Amino acid sequence: MNRRRFHPRWFRRRTPIFWWLEKGVYVHFIVRELTSLGVAYAALLLVVQVGVLGAGDAAHARFTALLASPWAVAWHALLLATLVFHTLTWLHLAPKALVVKLGGRRVPNAAILAGHYLGWLAASALVVLVLVRS
Amino acid sequence: MGRPTEPFFWTLFSAGGMLAALVLPAVCFVLWIAAPLGWLATPDRAGWLALLASPLARFTLLALVALALFHWAHRFRYTLYDGLQLHHLYGLIATVCYGGATAVTLVAAYLLLRLG
Amino acid sequence: MADATVTLEVQRYRPEREDEPVWERFEVPARREWMVLDALNHVKDRLDGSLTFRWSCRMGVCGSCGMTVDGEPKLTCATPLAARGDGRPVRVEPLRGFPVIRDLVVEIRSFLGKLKRARPWLIRDDDVPLAAGEHLQTPAELADYKQYSMCINCLLCYSACPIHHLEPDFAGPAALALAQRYNLDSRDRGAAERMEELSRHSGIWGCTFVGECSEVCPKGVDPAGAIQRYKLAAAADWFQSILLPWSGQARAKRREVAR
Repeated sequence: MNRRRFHPRWFRRRTPIFWWLEKGVYVHFIVRELTSLGVAYAALLLVVQVGVLGAGDAAHARFTALLASPWAVAWHALLLATLVFHTLTWLHLAPKALVVKLGGRRVPNAAILAGHYLGWLAASALVVLVLVRS
Repeated sequence: MGRPTEPFFWTLFSAGGMLAALVLPAVCFVLWIAAPLGWLATPDRAGWLALLASPLARFTLLALVALALFHWAHRFRYTLYDGLQLHHLYGLIATVCYGGATAVTLVAAYLLLRLG
Repeated sequence: MADATVTLEVQRYRPEREDEPVWERFEVPARREWMVLDALNHVKDRLDGSLTFRWSCRMGVCGSCGMTVDGEPKLTCATPLAARGDGRPVRVEPLRGFPVIRDLVVEIRSFLGKLKRARPWLIRDDDVPLAAGEHLQTPAELADYKQYSMCINCLLCYSACPIHHLEPDFAGPAALALAQRYNLDSRDRGAAERMEELSRHSGIWGCTFVGECSEVCPKGVDPAGAIQRYKLAAAADWFQSILLPWSGQARAKRREVAR
């Protein structure tokens, strides 16, 4: 007599390696995450610039010329697009982690977002102030 | 799997992400597009050395570099882990990412000190 | 007009006779006011009584009828049948991310275990007798957690979450949002206990803020926001325990003495 209870075989779908290509939202997510490579590159380039600074006038002149080459400028224009995408997506998401209360009432998300954009503007102005000579 | 270091690295990732978001686009535009194209004038070598003379300036730059790198490390680690399903390489990926960020930060610190 | 039909393409899975799911087409009346659930019930009543699926309240509060409709996780009781109106079939599959038991029914036991881990109940460290009366809560205190209490456990968020698909142990959006619902409740004293359980990779730290969970939630719970806030709180708690290690011990000691 077969006393074993029948257990139906469940169907489990395997997650494909390129699961993130299946939906536009997931592609957007992965692209968003990959902007971190742009952030790392920018940090690396800053380190390289400091290194070049300490390596003497000739090295600094060569590096400055290299930065001015069309390929370098085009590459860094792409970098700028990546960094701006990082900023836009980051500023859009960062307010979700914050619940700010003023006088007992929650500050609406739109206000927090606006505050972040103003912060971006102010920080950028500060960068220009520090780095630009007229 | 309890990982007591997660909150720490997440905080670095968060701070780095915010700092990078606020500052890096302008830095990139000024230093690597506008200045090379001659649209804006930036300091010459002597000017840069003067700008980076103070410990505060060096520390600020180091902090920016370190946080940006640790932002990348944490984020890229998860992207590799989830995006490519490299679950069996969890430890290796973490070591390479955080280790890499640490190494470059140390190099940056050394280079800044070397400026004299 | 009465003869107009919509083609329903339904995924069938009968383990006793097939190894993998198959598609079946049904023609259902194109009633303007029908939801996908009405079409499924029409199939079961008139066309094929063996079609198996879950449903209950048919008004979006029980969370039973979650399925994948045209590739998106939806409550079938809240998804209009003829919304598209272009004549293409409406595809109905079981909710993605869970094992399929039969046809459109999925196994959700894994979620129930995760829900338990989140301890979705009021945790108190004192024994207040009934005679002492109710816990009082102001409208502002209610507003702090109300959004997260709207969860109906429909699991659409798990279906949308890629981390849930990739890591079976991940606690997931609903469980974490419900943990937050209690963490933020002024009557609760269990934040530390939940933090201990959920501040780990299989808890909040596995989340990479894809954000799809909040997009598909039919009740506006915003689990993604809940988890990000939880991360911030966990990070603050962690730094506090590192920089001021005695504060946690003092709190624990006070609880011991009170007992």
